[in-house]
Amino acid sequence: MDVAIVGIGIHPFGRTPARSGLQQGAFAARDALKDAGVEWRDMQFAFGGSASSGNADALGNELGLTGIPFINVANGCATGGSSLISAYNAIKSGEHDIGLVAGFDKHDRGAFDADPASLGIGRWYGEVGMMMTTQFFAMKIQKYMDDYGISKDTLAKVSEKAFINGSLNPNAWRRQPIEVEEIANSMMINDPLTKYMFCSPAEGGVALILCRGDKARQYVDKPIYLKSAVLKSRRYGSFEVFAPSQALEQVDGPTVDAAKAAFEMAGVGPGDMDVLQLQDTESGAEVMHMAENGFCEHGEQEHLIQSKATYIDGSMPINTDGGCLANGEPIGASGLRQVYENVLQLRGDAGEHQVPGDPKLGYTHVYGAPGISAVTILQR
Amino acid sequence: MNNQVPIAEGLFSWPSPNPALLGSRCKNCGIAAFPAAESCMACSGQDVEIEELPRKGTLWTWTVQQFMPKPPYHSNETPQTFKPYGVGYLELPGGVRVEGRLTESDPEKLRIGMEMDVIFDTYRTEENGDEVISFFFKPTQA
Repeated sequence: MDVAIVGIGIHPFGRTPARSGLQQGAFAARDALKDAGVEWRDMQFAFGGSASSGNADALGNELGLTGIPFINVANGCATGGSSLISAYNAIKSGEHDIGLVAGFDKHDRGAFDADPASLGIGRWYGEVGMMMTTQFFAMKIQKYMDDYGISKDTLAKVSEKAFINGSLNPNAWRRQPIEVEEIANSMMINDPLTKYMFCSPAEGGVALILCRGDKARQYVDKPIYLKSAVLKSRRYGSFEVFAPSQALEQVDGPTVDAAKAAFEMAGVGPGDMDVLQLQDTESGAEVMHMAENGFCEHGEQEHLIQSKATYIDGSMPINTDGGCLANGEPIGASGLRQVYENVLQLRGDAGEHQVPGDPKLGYTHVYGAPGISAVTILQR
Repeated sequence: MNNQVPIAEGLFSWPSPNPALLGSRCKNCGIAAFPAAESCMACSGQDVEIEELPRKGTLWTWTVQQFMPKPPYHSNETPQTFKPYGVGYLELPGGVRVEGRLTESDPEKLRIGMEMDVIFDTYRTEENGDEVISFFFKPTQA
């Protein structure tokens, strides 16, 4: 049985002092219900999560207490993807016909301060200053640039494109283009990555309504089908964040594994995809994730990015809503934001950031600590 | 001389005339890990033994931390006295790649593949005067 997305809702990303994270989640949920033309009481189940804004189940207090099974999901940056996979399976199994997935968050300013103990690492690791996701991404791209000849200019151009796309998206946080020189010359955070090459912790909410594929047209004229939803965790030997040591022999990371499984599940290949949302918590991540997800060979990104192939009107549009770089990172919501964007694109409703050529297949990818990856493939 | 205490028990041999990082090696598959663990991440084996890891290696990758982290970061620095520090993975032959702070923080003086020594030095001083010892990677002098 196919699973369809029949409703999408979003609370604008960025900073909204007047609303809590939970209220932003409720805003997105109401938006999604309205989009599908259904009521909260029609929902048979819900999955949701946030990292800093409490239990998603508390949405019931905002939307109404209807007695449905509402399961809280916590899986780092893959929280949204994990909620979506759970909902997908709940429908695919025949247990439920229609339900809601929600993700929202509201983080303090400044870098995330992860707790070593929550990941089974000794406190010393944080005391000496290594409990930093930003260091991992910097060290991974530093090695990658050395291995595959990616230039610093290419890192700046990834951010330049993100802010251009953000300027076209009314729900994005950063809506002003920034010159490539300003990006390259902004404050160094973790060499080789500067301030404008990193996303910032932020706020936002996204909700989706999923239902049985054979009932989708009861709700909408243009259902979008979820052809794959895959989550993988790291195998021994992959280079991951928050790792006091790593293996001498490297193996493929969870992104490579999740991508392969997702393509197999959907019966399509990377070349069939029309629009891509790839985790870009920093600009180097987008570069590496292009190859890890199978969209090019290692090293080809240099030419693809320099030639603007990854722009909205390019041959491989990536992060058409501005990605994490322009939207910021509310952990619970980011993975679902990517799916929201692809539904918009496949419906042809993305307005100024619409990919031309009537896209039919869309791909999303998130990566999170301590080494997990979630991928979806959507089809019109 | 002040009392010297390791930043964590079991991380490296201390006190010792010739300290070294302590890893665990799986007797089933031969894979090493740092810090020492009671089971093997590679094969799930539970028969492991503790060993001293090599005191020299090559820099596999690196970055420089340019801003002061939030707690649990715990040095003697204030936002005013904070100095950027290098972080990298040192590939220890026959062992593992271990992540550690570098004594060098100038990007111009750091390159992948350079040789480094594992050294042990005071990381911070507690209010009671105890010197907290940690490990660092220092470029090998030519």
